[in-house]
Amino acid sequence: MTVPLALLGLLEREPSHGYDLKRDYDAFFGRGRPLPFGQVYSTLGRLARDGKVTGQSEPGDGPDRKRYAITPLGRQEVATWLVEPVAAEPYLQTVLFTKVVLALMLGRDAAGYLDAQRATHMRRMRELTEIKRGGPLTDALLADHAMFHVEADLRWIDVTQARLGALAEMVRAS
Amino acid sequence: MIVEAREVSRSYGSTPALREANLSVAAGEVVAIMGPSGSGKSTLLHCLAGIFTPDTGEVWFDGRRLDTLDDGRRSELRRTAFGFVFQFGQLVPELTVTDNVMLPLLLGRTRRRHAERRAAEWLERLELAGLGGRRTGELSGGQAQRVAIARALVTRPRVVFADEPTGALDTLTGEHVMDLLVGLAREEGATVIVVTHDARVAACADREVVVRDGRVCDPYATGAVR
Repeated sequence: MTVPLALLGLLEREPSHGYDLKRDYDAFFGRGRPLPFGQVYSTLGRLARDGKVTGQSEPGDGPDRKRYAITPLGRQEVATWLVEPVAAEPYLQTVLFTKVVLALMLGRDAAGYLDAQRATHMRRMRELTEIKRGGPLTDALLADHAMFHVEADLRWIDVTQARLGALAEMVRAS
Repeated sequence: MIVEAREVSRSYGSTPALREANLSVAAGEVVAIMGPSGSGKSTLLHCLAGIFTPDTGEVWFDGRRLDTLDDGRRSELRRTAFGFVFQFGQLVPELTVTDNVMLPLLLGRTRRRHAERRAAEWLERLELAGLGGRRTGELSGGQAQRVAIARALVTRPRVVFADEPTGALDTLTGEHVMDLLVGLAREEGATVIVVTHDARVAACADREVVVRDGRVCDPYATGAVR
């Protein structure tokens, strides 16, 4: 969802060729998942169709090169997107929750599962801590974002672990 | 193993705080002890550090029984082999920063001039150069904890015990304090045992254990994690 808007934002900074846009996107937002060239050009094509960017062909050797620039409509879309908060997802039906309830329902070791899940989450926290230590500020901030989410899961795991007895009674009674 | 608790139990009156707790920590390891409030994690740390004596069970340090040593020998061991960092620093407010850092050296009868030099080195390593003459009440929370770390490491301890060392700090300051504590302890080859309820702090450790109702749950020891 964010790829078209991220490309628009990069174009608002300065007009650019598809190749340079991909390079900038990968540097700032790719994080090990580089944007395929095909997706860059198909996205730019859609943005041009919708009047959010214009593509100016440039003569030269080799394949036809287009220099893309953002239009006032595209600029407006970026401006709107940047002030709109993202909906806070309730995550009420997570995999973790489902596993715990099913484990209790089936008489399996829910506490053991939570311990193992906790350790797996902690391992991820350590990996993210390493990323923060060694990487540039952009990587550190992304790792921070991931860490706060993992941390929220860990708090949920601890609270659920503390209430496991009550939850077991409720699940078995219903 | 440099530090071990074997089947350690300890009660406050009729309330059990630790129930046959086991924990083994290898030399140079950084281990986090996690758990909810009142779970017994600080009691375990105090038993491992020889501050509390267990009601039953054994505590070992570097191949020696710690819990059966007399008070004098245990105090000496705490002063020479262990370093401590607590949540609120527990610095002496009447003393300057340098005096606080020198204190364990002076108690161990190191000559004052030598102690001053060592304190200055450690203050520099903790990015506190120039603050040696200040009273500790004039420091920010993060600076005070860095002074506490300098004081804990100045004697070159084998083990550093830290009880919620970032509990009173904001996220970024706490992170910086933990980076310094763990980084410098590793440089010195010291083992670190840190009690925390904060997953970010625990993530600085090599592994974590959880204390729940006075029992130690070690997912790495039980095979829950492979």
